Amino acid sequence: MAKIKLPAAPSNPLSSPKRPGKEYGPSGVLGHAEEAGASAVDWIDERTSLSGGLRWAMFRKVPKGTNWFYTLGSATMFAFLSQAVTGVFLAMYYDPSATRAYESIQYINNDVFLGEFVHGMHRWGSSVMVILIFLHMGRTFFFGAYKYPRELNWVIGVALLVMTMTMSFSGYLLPFDQRSYWATIVGVNINGTGPLVGPYLSEFLRAGPYFGATTLSRFYAIHMLMVPGAIAALMGFHLYLVAKLGTTAPPWIKAKAPEELREDKVTVDQ
Amino acid sequence: MNKQEKERYLRDYGTLKSQGKPFFPYAVAKDSAMAIVVMAVIIAMAIVLGAELGPKADPTSTTYTPRPEWYFFFLFELLRVIKPPALVPLATIGVPTICLILLFLLPFYDRGPERRPERRPIATTAGIFVVCAIGYLTYLGAAAGPPTQIDIPVPANISSQGPEAVANFEAGSQVVAQSGCAACHQFGENGNSGPGPALTDIGARLPAQAIQRTLLNPSAPMPSFSALSEESPKQFAQMVGFLAALK
Ligand code: HEM
Repeated sequence: MAKIKLPAAPSNPLSSPKRPGKEYGPSGVLGHAEEAGASAVDWIDERTSLSGGLRWAMFRKVPKGTNWFYTLGSATMFAFLSQAVTGVFLAMYYDPSATRAYESIQYINNDVFLGEFVHGMHRWGSSVMVILIFLHMGRTFFFGAYKYPRELNWVIGVALLVMTMTMSFSGYLLPFDQRSYWATIVGVNINGTGPLVGPYLSEFLRAGPYFGATTLSRFYAIHMLMVPGAIAALMGFHLYLVAKLGTTAPPWIKAKAPEELREDKVTVDQ
Repeated sequence: MNKQEKERYLRDYGTLKSQGKPFFPYAVAKDSAMAIVVMAVIIAMAIVLGAELGPKADPTSTTYTPRPEWYFFFLFELLRVIKPPALVPLATIGVPTICLILLFLLPFYDRGPERRPERRPIATTAGIFVVCAIGYLTYLGAAAGPPTQIDIPVPANISSQGPEAVANFEAGSQVVAQSGCAACHQFGENGNSGPGPALTDIGARLPAQAIQRTLLNPSAPMPSFSALSEESPKQFAQMVGFLAALK
């Protein structure tokens, strides 16, 4: 009986096949660094499968005619990120108590390295963000971008607008100078004139029937925890929908089927 | 949009999208350029305009100007446009709430398939009107300074009561001016004509006790002066005396 030859066992079952074009393995320091980077990314991707999502978000196509008006949304997001970063630095020194708030801001302005600069970026960044969010809303309005299938993204956008205005309102009190104090009293009183919920809303904001010691810390918690958290979450959802649905093409751009698919160009062999 | 229009939109959109460029790096490059501009503007404003602080908040103080951040001016100005007291809740909450609901629901009542602004005359006109209205109200709010000056001549019946009455009247006038009342009320030639009623002849319409009651327990959005009356009853009495003498 003829013996059947067994196939040779693979040399090392654990080693992966060589990359094409690199028959002799990585060469030099750079080659090894590249290999290490690639395998670190592979390691993460094997456990998270993030690369698919990233490819999906980054290599989707934006339609023909996309212009500078389409940068306003990401510019708003960028202004928000700037507010978040400068806000963290301010929070390291700020003290939300009625007796210490003003002094802590004074300390930031006068003694902390670059303190007034970061404080100024945070103050004027709020104006920039409000301007950008209104411009972005105007763009989506005049381009008809709120229509099918992007209705939900418009609704989320309006919620983001309301929360951005809430940020401005709650942040205005924090320096606790005369202007911010009295403007906030009037603002809270205005909320109080609302039907049904008005009185409860203003009582919630003041943390009681009168403007007191806890009002400031309540505004601080609203300003740096509650609303920004909600904004970040909704922003994520907003951007997910942007990637999922794609951004609109400018309304005056006409869709033209590619040449070779046009009906009058297709010839049928008989 | 009916089903056919929806399908047509999706088909056209699919064509335009397939003819476009990848988000990375084309759109990312534009977005990054814009982000650099935004950052540069914020940094320039921080350097040029700084972050000055006003005097410390003082609940008993009488020198304040209740002014919101500039982008709330248009809401604040709404109070000046709608004056009758019965309608104040309408101005403070009603109009903004209705506008907000209209804004939220926009995609649900404007459902036509047309997207070009020049072929959506109602939407485009309404949009331009709202932009102009907000711009105009913001301008009004910026132009209406918070006057801290009230020049009302001493009335004859006060000057006939001797120098002490005149001094009290003038002190009261100063307290009222410094309290920023003129930001919302008119006093003769001075002050803004709203949101509050004109006080040029308030003494003829209300007795001193009623004025005092209003100052302690005002209707919104006016702030209360009860802290002043406790900390510095003399100034508070001068304030009431001055207002009661305006006839
Ligand atoms: C925190 C605020 C916001 C951020 C960070 C943000 C971000 C973005 C981004 C990055 C896009 C992609 C296209 C573009 O940039 O134009 C987008 C699209 C969109 N946004 Fe916003 N947005 C915000 C607020 C709003 C507001 C206030 C509205 C409207 C009320 C809105 C409605 C829309 C709509 C309808 C689209 C789809 C536009 C299209 O497909 O052409 N967004 N947003």
